[in-house]
Amino acid sequence: MEYEVIVVGGGHAGCEAALACANKNHKTLLVTGRINNIATMPCNPSIGGSAKGIVVREIDALGGAMGKIADQSLLQIKMLNYAKGPAVRALRAQADKITYPQQMLKLLNKTPNLTIKEAIIEDLIIEDGKVVGVITENGENIISKIVILTTGTYLKSDILIGDTRTREGPHGEKPSNYLSDNLKKYGFKIIRLKTGTPQRIAKDSIDFSKTQIEYGDSVYHTFSFDNNPQYKIEEQIPCHLIYTTPLTHKIILDNLNKSSMYGGLDDITGVGPRYCPSIEDKIVRFKDKERHQLFLEPESLYYDDIYLQGFSTSMPLDVQEQMVHSLPGLEHAVINKYAYAIEYDAIYPTQIKRSLETKIIENLYTAGQINGTSGYEEAACQGLMAGINASLKLENKEPLILKRNEAYIGVLIDDLVTKGVRDPYRLLTSRAEYRLLLRHDNADLRLREYGYQVGLIDDEQYQKLQLKKKQINELIEKLKSIKLTPSNNNILEKLQSTPIKDGYNLYELLKRPEITYNKLLDNNLIDFDYSDEIIEQVELNIKYEGYINKANKEASKLINLENKLIPPNIDYNKIVNLASEAKQKLSEIRPTSIGQAIRISGVNPADISILSIYLKKEYNK
Amino acid sequence: MEDTIVAISTALGVGAISIIRVSGDEAIDIVNKITKFKKLDKVETHTINYDYILEKDKVIDEVLISVMRSPKTFTKEDIVEINCHGGIATTNKVLELLLINGCRLAQPGEFTKRAFLNGRIDLIEAEGVMDLINSKTEVSRNLAINQVNGSTSKLIKDLRQSIIEILANIEVNIDYPEYEDIEEMTTEMLGKKISNIEEKIKEIINKSENGKIVKEGINVALIGRPNVGKSSLLNCLLEAEKAIVTDIAGTTRDCVEGTISIDGIIVNLIDTAGIRETNDIVESIGVNKSIDLMNNADLVLLLLNNNEEINKEDLELLNKIKNKNYLIVINKNDLESKLDISKLDESKLVYISALNNEGIDQLKNRIKQIFNLDKIETSDLTYLTNARAISLLKQSLNSITDIKNGLNDNLPIDMLEIDLKNVWNLLGSIIGDTYEEELIDQLFSQFCLGK
Repeated sequence: MEYEVIVVGGGHAGCEAALACANKNHKTLLVTGRINNIATMPCNPSIGGSAKGIVVREIDALGGAMGKIADQSLLQIKMLNYAKGPAVRALRAQADKITYPQQMLKLLNKTPNLTIKEAIIEDLIIEDGKVVGVITENGENIISKIVILTTGTYLKSDILIGDTRTREGPHGEKPSNYLSDNLKKYGFKIIRLKTGTPQRIAKDSIDFSKTQIEYGDSVYHTFSFDNNPQYKIEEQIPCHLIYTTPLTHKIILDNLNKSSMYGGLDDITGVGPRYCPSIEDKIVRFKDKERHQLFLEPESLYYDDIYLQGFSTSMPLDVQEQMVHSLPGLEHAVINKYAYAIEYDAIYPTQIKRSLETKIIENLYTAGQINGTSGYEEAACQGLMAGINASLKLENKEPLILKRNEAYIGVLIDDLVTKGVRDPYRLLTSRAEYRLLLRHDNADLRLREYGYQVGLIDDEQYQKLQLKKKQINELIEKLKSIKLTPSNNNILEKLQSTPIKDGYNLYELLKRPEITYNKLLDNNLIDFDYSDEIIEQVELNIKYEGYINKANKEASKLINLENKLIPPNIDYNKIVNLASEAKQKLSEIRPTSIGQAIRISGVNPADISILSIYLKKEYNK
Repeated sequence: MEDTIVAISTALGVGAISIIRVSGDEAIDIVNKITKFKKLDKVETHTINYDYILEKDKVIDEVLISVMRSPKTFTKEDIVEINCHGGIATTNKVLELLLINGCRLAQPGEFTKRAFLNGRIDLIEAEGVMDLINSKTEVSRNLAINQVNGSTSKLIKDLRQSIIEILANIEVNIDYPEYEDIEEMTTEMLGKKISNIEEKIKEIINKSENGKIVKEGINVALIGRPNVGKSSLLNCLLEAEKAIVTDIAGTTRDCVEGTISIDGIIVNLIDTAGIRETNDIVESIGVNKSIDLMNNADLVLLLLNNNEEINKEDLELLNKIKNKNYLIVINKNDLESKLDISKLDESKLVYISALNNEGIDQLKNRIKQIFNLDKIETSDLTYLTNARAISLLKQSLNSITDIKNGLNDNLPIDMLEIDLKNVWNLLGSIIGDTYEEELIDQLFSQFCLGK
């Protein structure tokens, strides 16, 4: 059998990659270790969250699947940071761990051009520096034009609990034992990373009366721009909040040397994520904190596991029993699955391009945890971009590179390939310089056009976008054209707003913090009929105009630098005046633009000046 | 859009006219903002215009302004050149105003670099620019950082630390909203902290504006036993240079025997009354004052007589200055050498003959080297960097004002944070600290987060 694209791995990255290629009419094979484990959520039962929720919307805007599938699998959904500014709002949902993979598998199965196969891939077939297929553990060769690796944590994965180390994947599956060694053989720098997951507790063994209940929002939300809500507000499943006790802390400190990470195992090389420390890490590092928050999160409607968020550990099983039983409401809890840490191989991500194609082997793309990230959303968006760019390459088109001012996805990929990683990379709003531009509410306005251009957004979706844009402009113009006179001052007085003189328009008036669009409606200053979605955009753009303009001005500098391209074949050793550290870093990262070069640590402004002059001299006489 | 850049393009020293050059899309607009007549946007290209530079309503200088519109200019961008007439301090002030209003201080060779990138000059010249950038960057970077003295630098560092703690708090509230046991940064809390930061920035500005080297120059104290030739050396130095007047506060002024300019840097020569142990109360006042002067000097010149052996008094003086920046000037080099230099630090020695006016240039060169002045050539980066630091501090204050206005308008805290981050970055660029991951590191070390 011959394919145009082979995707290795059926996690969140693999599914998006395979769907994108197949939807773009490329004959695609998805190879996975176990078909029943496609698109599972081996860690927390939630999708979205700060920054991540915005990524899910971006995926949807570009034509990916995650948002739509999440909307079909909701147990509970919330808008985070609603009370804060619009730039930091994001959706977070509890998603059903049975429904999500089921719906994803259904979608994969009904997608034309897409075949799914069960196998473990142990090597690549390489000809003339290009990948042309993969080799399974049984020695079967499968041929393709492009290979996308989305192997997640399955490269030489070890499960660590206390002093035991077991070579297996998160669900006890077989990992790939040789693929990372083979990648090393082809010249890739391989790093070892680590992450962990907490216990799952039997629901009926928990005394919920000792916990604090946490409900979902009482208004409807959807991740996808195309979906209507597919759940009922009153049927959302709550989460519960508890705190660790002094006894918990004592048990942990007394048994610290038994934790894999604190001496239980002496051969740990994996670097764990700073943002997800284990409970023992938290207690050691923050000694003064009397208690730590833990969430009890439902995993599914179809079985009774409760995920104990905040309690990730690599203590041995007997200590875990004591720890769990020291928690309020969990005195008699039954642990269905113990917490564990997992170590796995990844490739150092500066070895890939911004298109996610590797620099070392042509036509080989990588996405997700293999690139050093963590999180379902981070994986899914890379999978989508790898799928889009692999397809564009098959079509002889330029790759789609999202800029840092266009999408969190752009921030994530640029960070990975420009700066590398120290620990598993998680998206945070603080990583984005222009987060006021990268909002939850405008992901479609930012990215649907690209989705349409690459062919993952259909005409109907596109028309809807155009209408939205048109209505936004229309409403802004209308507000600008309506002038107030001092005769309106009685209304302003009622709204506790300063009186005006002639010629003040409604657009200006809306800039005042005490004035809202709805107040204009209520006081009959306007009688337009626009959807909440349009009003939200218009109001936001008016109220924060100053800040948005500032951000746009900064972004335009970035765009200017991003448009100054560096030829791929440049030899940095020929630039005599360049500092040697800069030469080395530039040769390693091979930035595609001056904008990217500036972000490389160790490359200073003088190096950039010299590089610009050299480029002009050599390539642009 | 490229940044609009500015630099003083003439030697700053004691010359009558200094020219400030501005290049970029916003050159005309920015300069126009600080003029009295505000007509530069309307004047013909390639004209010279009479005007005043104003800070708010106060006249800073009476100037001639050349306006040259793109593309027929050196950089092919809009260029404005201001001819300032008011001397060093005024030129510096004009530069500072331009920086506050949106210009960026040009990097070494940047005008030429633009000229090349925009196709105005040829390849050979460009090679020169690359060498220039290479050789000057290190100097200017060191200077920019050295210029901010230890105590100011510490104030800025502390300030940045308190800002980053606020930022990390706000960020963690955004990224981990479900952690209710982490304190929420409220607008009231932010308001208080902002006022505090504002006070501190103002304090630093006050200190920097009185910045010693800019306003007062370098203080060089001459010490030595009577009759080693201090006054002869003073006369040599003073005669060779045109004396200039500066405004120095306090006791030092009374003791400044004269002020000279070495390549544009002001050097105050201070004579000390003779330092020795004494029981006489009246004399001890004079001695204490001398010790004060010596301790506060940026450089001490210890004069020894080549024609005499080192005595106990010389050694005591040497002991007093051993932890200071000092040079040992051996006078009367024209006479027979009786001085045993074997116990002296050879790298500190300078030989002169004040009588024959010999070795004076070498002495000045040594002073230049000590203050890194020799690498600076014409344009005094010391002045530039100070103007840069002050303008960055004042821009920080502008952002603080934005935050306060935002607080009054009840804007969401993450919007206000944009300006606070800006303050943090501005302060960082003063001391050369721009480590990007700093905030994220702070986030994870300050707060307890995890799954």
